[in-house]
Order: sequence, then C-alpha cells, then structure tokens
Amino acid sequence: VLTGEDKKLIQQTWAKLGGADEEIGAETLYRTFHSYPTTKTYFPHFDLSQGSDQIRGHGKKVVAALGNAIKNLDNLSQALSELSNLHAYNLRVDPPGFSLQFLSQCLQVTLATRLGKEYTPEVHSAVDKFLSAVAAVLAEKYR
Amino acid sequence: MVQWTAEEKQLITGLWAKVDVATCGAEALARLLIVYPWTQRFFASFGNLSSPTAILGNPRVRAHGKKVLTSFGEAIKNLDTIKKYFAQLSLLHCEKLHVDPENFRLLGDILIVVLAAYYSKDFSPACQAAWQKVVRVVAHALAHEYH
Repeated sequence: VLTGEDKKLIQQTWAKLGGADEEIGAETLYRTFHSYPTTKTYFPHFDLSQGSDQIRGHGKKVVAALGNAIKNLDNLSQALSELSNLHAYNLRVDPPGFSLQFLSQCLQVTLATRLGKEYTPEVHSAVDKFLSAVAAVLAEKYR
Repeated sequence: MVQWTAEEKQLITGLWAKVDVATCGAEALARLLIVYPWTQRFFASFGNLSSPTAILGNPRVRAHGKKVLTSFGEAIKNLDTIKKYFAQLSLLHCEKLHVDPENFRLLGDILIVVLAAYYSKDFSPACQAAWQKVVRVVAHALAHEYH
C-alpha cells in the first residue's frame, strides 16, 4: 500500500529527472532487452539496437504513461485503465506481471545510476511499491 | 554448466575490484528488509528493525550484510564452480535457516540496484546484464540442494 510518504517520495524523485523522459525510457528498455532477452520476443518488429528510433519512441511512451500514473497515485486503476485493457487483450505480455517485473528492475537501475546515493532505501522502497502497483493494474483484466 | 564469456568475466571482476564489501553488503541486506518487509521474518533476533533508519544503523544487519556479500565475492572468484561452492550453504539455508529460495532472487535484484547507485558510471547495460546473470546463478546454486 502506497503511504502518503511514499507518494511524496515518488513525486519528488520523478521531478528530479527533469523531463529526460526519452533518454530514461530508451535506457530502461535497452537494459531490459539486454538483461532479459526473453522480453525481446514481444518486439520482433523493432530495431533493438541501442539508441534505435523505435526504442527511443517506445521508451518515451512508457515513461510518459508512468508520469501520468504518478500524477494520479490516488487512482491508479482509473489512470491506467486504457493501458490495462491494451495489455490484457492486445499485447498479452505473459506471464502477467513477470516481464513487467523485469521492466521495473531495469527502470530502477536506470534511476539509481542517475541519482546515485539519492536513490535512498526509502526512495527505492517507494518506487518498487509503485511499479508493483502499476504492474498489478496492468495485469488486472487478464482473466 | 553455466558458460561465462570473457567479456562477462571482465565486467564482473572489474566491477567487483571496486566494491566496498562492508558498505554495499550492509546496504543490500538493509534494503532487502526495508523494501520487502516480510523478509524480516528471518531476522527476528537481530533487534531493532522498526524503521528504515533503525535497520540501516542496526549493527547486526550491517555485519550480516558484510558476511553475505563476502561470501558472494568468494563465489565470483570461482565462477566456474559456483554450484559446488554454495552446496554447503544451500543445505544450511534449507535445513537450518528454512529460507524460501525466492528470497535469494529478491536479494540479488536489490544488490544490483545498490551497485547501480554506488557505481553508476560503471553500470552500463552490458555490466548490468553480466551481474543479473551472476545473481541468478548464485540464487540457483543456493537453491540447488533444497529437498
């Protein structure tokens, strides 16, 4: 459960990233494909080389969606409703939550490399909880 | 048997040479207890775990974190014989400590985030991939003797 303190930490941390949405998204995706090759199976139509236009474009989309979720921490289900439908009925990333766990890990690594010691245990905990909550909402309608 | 490329070995041992084992070990274990509070069930005898500050400052947590990461470091020196290296520890975690191996995976991922925060410049995607492989192999080795 995201506490008030968690929400504050998440919003503060996101603000520190200064709109580097595309870079962070691209790096996160590239790390995910590199550390967890099975995730590539969802992108056979993509150029997966580092810095590719498709990775940058998609990374930007993912980070924008997370940014929107962060503006709506009190109602994640509603904020992510469309994406929840998309993941359940179209994308069907399988197993529910598992690949999203890999994405969570890689986003956290990306954030940690940028924030260093500012990625404190409290921030780490809040962000991990947030990404788990997002994954849970995206997996809600799978069956 | 797990195959390690020369590049992977270089990325792993190269970063390891820089790692402050006492600090990173303490940090990793503390974060496990903070981020996944249910893991505190294995450390009930460790004293004050009532807040992130308490956990980070707890001397038993810090000492144990250092012990765990030191053991990890020994395994890294023996990448080709990791299963054998961890066989006894695996039995210990099963028979005496009763730790669900899922927790090894959690600690491994937490260690990766700590390394990323402390050694940002070194933690390229290739470096992360090599280390994700190490923590996965270690977790697997620690679970191997469970019965």
